[in-house]
Amino acid sequence: MTAAERSLPATAPAATAPAATELAELLRTMADDEFVIGFSDSEWTGIAPLLEEDVAMSSIAQDELGHAAALYGLLGELTGTDPDALAYDREPADYRHCRLLDHGRGDWAMTIARRYLYDSADVVRLEALAAGTWAPLAELVSKLLREERYHRMHAGAWLDRLARSDGEPRDRLLAALAELAPDAATVFTPLPGEPALREAGILAASMTELETSWRASIAPTFDALDLPMPPPANDPARGRTDHGEPFRWLWAEFTSVRRADPGATW
Amino acid sequence: MSEAGVQVGVARARAGAVGGVPPTTPTTPAPDEAAVRSALAEVMDPELPMLSVVDLGIVHRVEVDPDAIRVQILPTFIGCPALELIKASIATRLGAFGRPVEVTATFEVPWTSERISPAGRQALLEAGIAPPGGPDSTGIGPGGLIDLEPCVPCPHCGSRRTTLENLFGPTQCRTIRYCTDCRQPFESIKAI
Repeated sequence: MTAAERSLPATAPAATAPAATELAELLRTMADDEFVIGFSDSEWTGIAPLLEEDVAMSSIAQDELGHAAALYGLLGELTGTDPDALAYDREPADYRHCRLLDHGRGDWAMTIARRYLYDSADVVRLEALAAGTWAPLAELVSKLLREERYHRMHAGAWLDRLARSDGEPRDRLLAALAELAPDAATVFTPLPGEPALREAGILAASMTELETSWRASIAPTFDALDLPMPPPANDPARGRTDHGEPFRWLWAEFTSVRRADPGATW
Repeated sequence: MSEAGVQVGVARARAGAVGGVPPTTPTTPAPDEAAVRSALAEVMDPELPMLSVVDLGIVHRVEVDPDAIRVQILPTFIGCPALELIKASIATRLGAFGRPVEVTATFEVPWTSERISPAGRQALLEAGIAPPGGPDSTGIGPGGLIDLEPCVPCPHCGSRRTTLENLFGPTQCRTIRYCTDCRQPFESIKAI
């Protein structure tokens, strides 16, 4: 054992993070994305089209809610806020997840289309954060990337299967992609704090640059499967706001226990 | 078990400290680090009870100073719901040394399935769970299609003619496979 392993690190308090305000804004978008897609995935528990997919979607949901808890934990340290309050005590209008996740559970093809678009975009965003200068986030991102790989394999295998099955499977996939198209690129909604985050060495590229990388990464798959590439976001200024009725319904579901008994603990 | 030990749940599975014994002034001599590590080898993982936390490879740092014992562990998965229970089990076991115990989780280095010890891999096999393969043993081949080539041997009969049934399993760290020779489904630890 080395001396470095023997002594505990003198970790700087999270509150001393560079560009703390802008970092908090970024963390809120990431945590809300993982939280909302995790809850959407959990809606398949018990009713997925195959037993194996029941297991898979439940496990993916558990992963994503764990990721959200870790990200809300960092945000909580940064802002001095209780992570549970961040997750459950905000009004629907205060969530900053991307509108790609605002279309309701839909059918299985919708779930796969949403997961593929989100997972392929999320990995591009995570890779731009993995070498960041704020260790708590860079360390977590390194771990997130390892886990998200399984989600991408799952969504990729299903996208392939649906796209290559002519008739109802492919038709439903095309319909889902068409519905999601105006919001497909909203993971990369520009953040006001981007310049400060890049200056601080936390974010390696702008959201606009990351969107270009994402398009290049999915183009071979969309081309091979003869699927239409997603257009630019319809309304980038509203990419993470003005959540509609499907989210308000989901919000009512995931806050119902918390609201029924405020302050309850396990 | 300490009061902290009852706080288990998905929403609680994040890094934080769990205290063991009440912070009374220690009267016994501080144990050496080897004794603490031996004690940790008796703390079993709640989801893989054939594996100690040492064999699972989650013990990152152990520090014994005059006032306290401090242990840092690496979560296997970020959202592992067993994390709080593991912290509490470690705090309870090390409480026998008669001084405050602090157990924290860190992502300072990512836990990977390669951290499972040889003894741990053997214990998994004996329990009918295939140890993790190499990084490319996920069962997903080029283009994202399921790879039917053998890559994870069956823990029951040793056959390499096994197929991927589900990338996901009963816990976050497991995948479900099927042996085409002995016709048994089995779980394997995800390569991560």
